[in-house]
Amino acid sequence: MSDNPTNAAVAEEDTARVEKEAARRAEPGGLGQLLRSGAGHNLGLVLALALLAVIGIATGGERFASVDNVMTILRLSAVIGVVSIGMTFVITGGGIDLSVGALVALSSIWCTTVATQTMANDIHWIIIVTTALLVGAGAGLINGLLIAYGGVVPFIATLAMMASARGLAEIISARKTQIVSVPGFTDAFSREILGISVLIWIFAIVAVIGWVLLNRTTFGRRTLAIGGNPEASRLAGINVRRHTVLLYVLVGVCCGIAAVMLISRTTTGSATHGQLYELDAIAAVVIGGTLLSGGRGNIIGTVFGVLIFMTLTNVFVLNNLSISAQAFTKGLIIIAAVLLQKRFSRQPGS
Amino acid sequence: MTQTPEPSPDGPAARADGGDALLQMTGIVKRFPGVLALGGVDLDVRAGEVHCLLGQNGAGKSTLIKVLSASYQPDEGEIRWEGEPVRLTTPVAAMKRGISTIYQELDLVPGLTVTENVFLGHELATAGFSRRAEATQRVRAILARLGHSEVDPNRLVGDLSPAGQQIVSMARALSHDTRLLILDEPSAVLDQEEVDNLFRVVRGLTAEGVAIIYISHRLEEIRQIGDRITVLKDGRTVATGLSVAETPTSELITLMTGREIEYVFPERPATRPSQDAAPVLEASGLSGDRFHDVDLRVHAGEIVGLAGLVGSGRSEILETIYGARRSTTGTVTINGRRLRGGSVRAAVAAGVGLAPEERKSQGLLLDQAVYRNVTISSLGRFSKASFLDSGAERRAAEELTRSLDVRPAGVDRPVRNLSGGNQQKVVLARWLLRDCKVLLLDEPTRGVDVGARSEIYNLVRRLADEGVAVVVVSSEVEEVLGLSDRVLVISEGAVVHEGPATEIDESKVLDLVMEGEVA
Repeated sequence: MSDNPTNAAVAEEDTARVEKEAARRAEPGGLGQLLRSGAGHNLGLVLALALLAVIGIATGGERFASVDNVMTILRLSAVIGVVSIGMTFVITGGGIDLSVGALVALSSIWCTTVATQTMANDIHWIIIVTTALLVGAGAGLINGLLIAYGGVVPFIATLAMMASARGLAEIISARKTQIVSVPGFTDAFSREILGISVLIWIFAIVAVIGWVLLNRTTFGRRTLAIGGNPEASRLAGINVRRHTVLLYVLVGVCCGIAAVMLISRTTTGSATHGQLYELDAIAAVVIGGTLLSGGRGNIIGTVFGVLIFMTLTNVFVLNNLSISAQAFTKGLIIIAAVLLQKRFSRQPGS
Repeated sequence: MTQTPEPSPDGPAARADGGDALLQMTGIVKRFPGVLALGGVDLDVRAGEVHCLLGQNGAGKSTLIKVLSASYQPDEGEIRWEGEPVRLTTPVAAMKRGISTIYQELDLVPGLTVTENVFLGHELATAGFSRRAEATQRVRAILARLGHSEVDPNRLVGDLSPAGQQIVSMARALSHDTRLLILDEPSAVLDQEEVDNLFRVVRGLTAEGVAIIYISHRLEEIRQIGDRITVLKDGRTVATGLSVAETPTSELITLMTGREIEYVFPERPATRPSQDAAPVLEASGLSGDRFHDVDLRVHAGEIVGLAGLVGSGRSEILETIYGARRSTTGTVTINGRRLRGGSVRAAVAAGVGLAPEERKSQGLLLDQAVYRNVTISSLGRFSKASFLDSGAERRAAEELTRSLDVRPAGVDRPVRNLSGGNQQKVVLARWLLRDCKVLLLDEPTRGVDVGARSEIYNLVRRLADEGVAVVVVSSEVEEVLGLSDRVLVISEGAVVHEGPATEIDESKVLDLVMEGEVA
């Protein structure tokens, strides 16, 4: 460079220009930039929820805007909400889990079988909960091992688990609904703390733990890294396989928690529990701003995603609209949310 | 070769002088975030000529042809087609004008037949039913026109050799009414005989009035086939319309490099690390995928270069040392302690760092902030009970990126928006943060613009001076020789020469590489 001053000067000038350009592009500003950021996306979800609330008040009035109704929405959101938090991790890490609904069913059947058959009446409710969590974790472990070490694509591995887990639940229960009448269990989960149902508290706690785990810990950082670029993560010294297994165990545990919540809400374990939870959870995660291809996750967005869908259901029910109309509108919302995201997250020049 | 290998003295000159320009590009500018890819390119191409595009890696050739085939839209500049200003908005629009491109990586569908590939996107069909017989017949005719009637239109493209696939790509171009054919390093995948075939095809096409833009690194090829030359450097046209016959090679090289000495390498330290001392990195009898029996010793403060052709096993050696590939035999030790094979984590824990060949796909989390890319291998240091202290992360990353002069500053930017050289510095920062003892650099300046290269070189030398053992792999022999203290020449997966970098020159290295190939 030293022996050709003109070229050097030109190169210098270019470098300077390029840097200015890069700086300008990286500078925050404008609506698009805001919506691209996580906070901006969450703001959009709050607005959507507010819009739904306005529609609810306009059409349902008192029936919508009562404390009882809000509590109902939250209580109904809690079960699918816990599953969706788990799903957020798997999707952020570049995977997908289609078996969540089936795992909820299997966990619910397994632990109610333990409760009703083996130890009869004097079973402690903690055993029910532990069983549900272990079943969820175990099935998640199998998913994770198949995917990380068996090289099976997540879609296929969890699709197989979805079929097998529900089948197993039907076999164990002989397709009968199993009623739980363990006194301690009912007492523990149908209580209210500070006037709020225990189910809602569980959802809130899982969401807070999920947020901290994703945004403040090494586990969360590695999840983002693996979802964004698995090869680079491996070459940076991350144990990608082990981490992948942990992600599926995590979502399995969430399914176990959800099973317990569902049992307490319905007082039954059933092989038909959790139908289509996988689709509801994926929909909530995606409209929440988590990238389906991995590398970007938004727990708060997922929570809002769940609330939006449940509020929608509530508004439709209050107005005596059919389930079919709900499903139709849900589809529209998913598409609208994804199109908006695409519009504002386009990367220049790549 | 059946026709004259050298263009006849008056033939190409007559072609070059006569005829209006088919294509004229003036002042083409293309920017990417953080990079000025084209900073004003002029090019004019006439019907029936072979116009050669010359330039080093990163000079902007690929970007230019992507502008021409309308994969990219230029930010400034004018394109004229037969004298009329045109805007090529989509690849289909470019194709309709008669512009076809054959990329280096051939864009064919391996699971379809030759015929299906040729007519992909413009299938011959009546009411949705394909007219297979007619299509096959037309493909036969095109293949005959190309002089390759031996290619069976019903074979799967995946079963053909690279040369055969190239013929299919050309047949596809000719299935449209092609007036301008762009060949991006077409000879890279071919042997000598196939290159001769290719030239025959090219001459046949120019005789029919088709214009060719021919991109190649090999000057002797350009001498054989070209009519005129345009030279690009750092995204600008430095010379255009040079006659192939009248421009001496030395002038072309000066135009391409813009300087007598291409790069300025940092000075080697006066005292060489003693070869008797215990090495930091020692690989002995290492064999694996594509290489065998490699012995490598690197001392603290030493830079050892591996020179060799693409595919000679250089990258595989680095990746095996790093544990990203398994070795079949041999051992790797770091400071005398044997490294568990096939484990990246073991290598990283022992203080080895790798700056991989494909920086974007193997090295970086492009959408994540700079500081996260820097700390990803050292998260343990910034966490208590696995809770991260991102303030401390940012401070550490800031300090490092400042000392490496990463521009623009600011550790919260996504790495995607940095230029190639600055991205490479981020990768290096990651390993500096770990105080690594051994640094493996695979093509450290690929995609790095010329100005930033010397910065990377100085940085690597500084690290060695601080006691790091460095191994450099590069396709550019000049870079290996200029940067390293000691050089190993690799050919066909084996070390064919080892010695101080000052005692060997580029042509000797190339000789060794070629000899190894024959043996």
